[in-house]
Amino acid sequence: MDDGSTSKLHWRVARVVDSEPETDSAQTIGLAVPGWRGHLAGQHIDLKLTAEDGYSAQRSYSLSRPADGERIELTVQQIADGEVSPYLTGVRPGEEIELRGPIGGWFVWRPAEEARILLVAGGSGIVPLMAMLRERVVLGGAEFRLVYSVRSPADVYYARELGQLERDCDWLRVAVVCTRAATPQTARPPGRIGASDLAVPGWTPDDAPRVYVCGPTGFVESVTTKLIGQGHRPSAIRTERFGPSG
Amino acid sequence: MTEPTHVDGNAAAGAFADVLGFDVTTATLTCAGCGRAVAFAESHVYHRAPGIVVRCPGCEHVLARLVQTPTDVRLDLRGAQSWRIPLPAR
Repeated sequence: MDDGSTSKLHWRVARVVDSEPETDSAQTIGLAVPGWRGHLAGQHIDLKLTAEDGYSAQRSYSLSRPADGERIELTVQQIADGEVSPYLTGVRPGEEIELRGPIGGWFVWRPAEEARILLVAGGSGIVPLMAMLRERVVLGGAEFRLVYSVRSPADVYYARELGQLERDCDWLRVAVVCTRAATPQTARPPGRIGASDLAVPGWTPDDAPRVYVCGPTGFVESVTTKLIGQGHRPSAIRTERFGPSG
Repeated sequence: MTEPTHVDGNAAAGAFADVLGFDVTTATLTCAGCGRAVAFAESHVYHRAPGIVVRCPGCEHVLARLVQTPTDVRLDLRGAQSWRIPLPAR
């Protein structure tokens, strides 16, 4: 497997093989990348669009699952006034896109790391964390807990698969936190993620779980502060932030 | 509350790896401003501009700047006293 740490990055042309709606405003896109040699769960790619006049725009997108041969997959949240995401969510099979990667050896989970893993996702921050869960299904023995903050239940990515994984896998528990609108069955009123949402039943910071937090910058800062306040060691927390541009 | 405009070092990893040829996210930088040692991945990155500015998460001192022109990349690394770069496993 090539984790990107030894080979120089270069731009290459990928071909869209499929594109399916993930939610009303997000699309999961499969790409065939000639020569792709695998990646680590949590890594991302840089993607570049170039206009006919030469103007180009780049964005980073996390990979949502382990590679299947030369096929990789992203989930793209459409930002209404974005430069890149409205194009990406409308791409059709056969279209070509420039990308480079895999990128990053920090925000990654390696199956050989036997540990307790707490994942905290804000919105589309679920994408690299889902890659970790999908890797864990195949490899390793780590226990996972996922706290997933969304505006409303309709915004949950991979909802059916997460539900199935939680039923089938004794190593996973999922808690969805809704910030604006919740389902009538849930006792928790809608609201921003709080310290109690981050307290995993049966786990204490002394159990030294590795924590991965991914989401918008404000979300990541808020969650990280709460985790440290609960006694998690800063060195056990790995974060990835994204901005509002899409 | 206004949303912060920065992201973090993960988002600058592609641009730096393209020039330097290695993954910078796991490098530890010692800030020339406050002396704090930080993982590049945890630095504050401002990249919605013609260049990329990497700042210390502790004191906001500029650790690194990268500007790409059509013909060159300009790199200014003087804001860090040192870089510690883990070697890949052999």
